[in-house]
Amino acid sequence: MIKFCSVDYTYHTLSGETTAIKGLDLSIVRGQFLSVIGPSGCGKTTILSLAAGLIAPTGGRIERTDARCGYMLQRDALFPWRTVEGNICLPLEINGGAGPDAKARALALAEKYGLKDFLKKKPAELSGGMRQRVALIRTLAAGAELLLLDEPFSALDYQTRLEVCDDVQSIIKSEKKTALLVTHDISEAIALSDKVAVLSARPARVVAEHDVDFGDGTPKSRRSSPSFAPLFEKLRAELGL
Amino acid sequence: MKNAKTYSPEHMRYLKGVKRKKILVWTARAGLLAALIGLWELFARLEVIDPFVTSSPSRVIATLGELYATGNLFYHIGVTLMETVTGFAAAVIVGYAVAVALWMSEGARKIFEPYIVVLNALPKIALGPLIIIWMGTGYTAIIFMTVIIALIVCIMNTLTGFLQVDATMLTLMRALGANKRQTLTKLVIPASLPQLMNTLKVAVGLAWIGSVMGEYIVSRAGLGYLIVYGGQVFRLDLVMTATMILCALAGAMYALVALAERLLVK
Ligand SMILES: Nc1ncnc2c1ncn2[C@@H]1O[C@H](COP(=O)(O)OP(=O)(O)OP(=O)(O)O)[C@@H](O)[C@H]1O
Ligand SMILES: [Mg+2]
Repeated sequence: MIKFCSVDYTYHTLSGETTAIKGLDLSIVRGQFLSVIGPSGCGKTTILSLAAGLIAPTGGRIERTDARCGYMLQRDALFPWRTVEGNICLPLEINGGAGPDAKARALALAEKYGLKDFLKKKPAELSGGMRQRVALIRTLAAGAELLLLDEPFSALDYQTRLEVCDDVQSIIKSEKKTALLVTHDISEAIALSDKVAVLSARPARVVAEHDVDFGDGTPKSRRSSPSFAPLFEKLRAELGL
Repeated sequence: MKNAKTYSPEHMRYLKGVKRKKILVWTARAGLLAALIGLWELFARLEVIDPFVTSSPSRVIATLGELYATGNLFYHIGVTLMETVTGFAAAVIVGYAVAVALWMSEGARKIFEPYIVVLNALPKIALGPLIIIWMGTGYTAIIFMTVIIALIVCIMNTLTGFLQVDATMLTLMRALGANKRQTLTKLVIPASLPQLMNTLKVAVGLAWIGSVMGEYIVSRAGLGYLIVYGGQVFRLDLVMTATMILCALAGAMYALVALAERLLVK
């Protein structure tokens, strides 16, 4: 669905140049949940910006099928002056797809995932977990096939984080979307994904890839599986922690 | 939150306490005003202060009555109010438009920055003689003075509000494929609404400075004119009266803006 072929990316600023990514190879197939883990500041957000097409690689190339990307950011970025409904419909207004059809589909989606009673509320009245769910539905409402998730849970407290993690994973699976998640949280990556790629410190490249196929596919079963701890240790070693 | 019946007794007590404090503050405010006016009147009557120089509340009221009787009161108020409101509106609208243009183009922002800084620092009253020559001594000149005094601050404040918009939200708009106009109307303008309200409040104050100062320089009518005229002919009652009216009007206009803020920003 999207393929990075020895991609480089260098930031240029007045104070110098920073090579964030060097020779990165990564590919993701339709329906897959791929997690990319790497140390803080190694270039994870840069990878997603490249995947979303916000920036163009300075070296190598990115092949993609023309599927829509939806970007879920490190913070939920809900507009506080809009209601939940208004936030969910924002992408439709921008893409000119604000026809009654698209809107009905978006609202049906919101209803399906338990936001019905919240549609007329402002984001400030929602809990952190609920806000992330709204952000996810907003991304899905835009008709995105490939979801780019940039540590979407990092702003949440531990308990909420576990819940939202499960929540988001099940929504993505049941909507049959493809997901590329970047995180520095090893257990989150194992619990959620079909495949985990490990990045080196900056400049980022892939040092190892692991298929994860134990458990019944839910994050819960993954966490309680005996295979969880060994994989965790392995990834930890590969990250050099 | 709507149903008062569901409140616990403690909460009712808390609400009552808040209300009592509010009443207390308002009573104290009114009391202070009454005390100031009362002392002013008292000292003037006892000639502790010279009422010829300081006037007194009763003299102010008499002057008000006199102005009203000659039909001049509302004429002067009307002139100043018209100049202030027109200047205020023009400065805010033009300032907003310029800020939008500068937000749209980073190049323009860079180019105009030093000009804006210098114009901001310039004491606008220095332009007084030029304005008289260019625009004559009617109220166009005064309105123009009001506009240039308030305009630069309007531009700078509005632009600051535009540029403070959350970077994550901007990235979101970019990721959604929004163009500049959509980013402006759907994100930047609503996000900077609180800042606009602050700008309006500052602009109200500046507009009054502009119009009264303008009237000082080229006066034929208005409250500023009454003040200058009263000073020249040593009728301090007139000066005080006009000043009091200005206080009331400026306060009222500020209250209007504050009300607009309450209605628009939640
Ligand atoms: N706009 C930019 N201009 C210059 N350098 C940048 C820019 N954005 C990121 N960088 C640099 O590129 C490197 C990678 O940044 P990136 O944001 O991709 O890392 P990250 O892995 O997402 O970090 P974090 O864990 O903090 O989210 C960092 O060292 C950062 O300093
Ligand atoms: Mg990041």
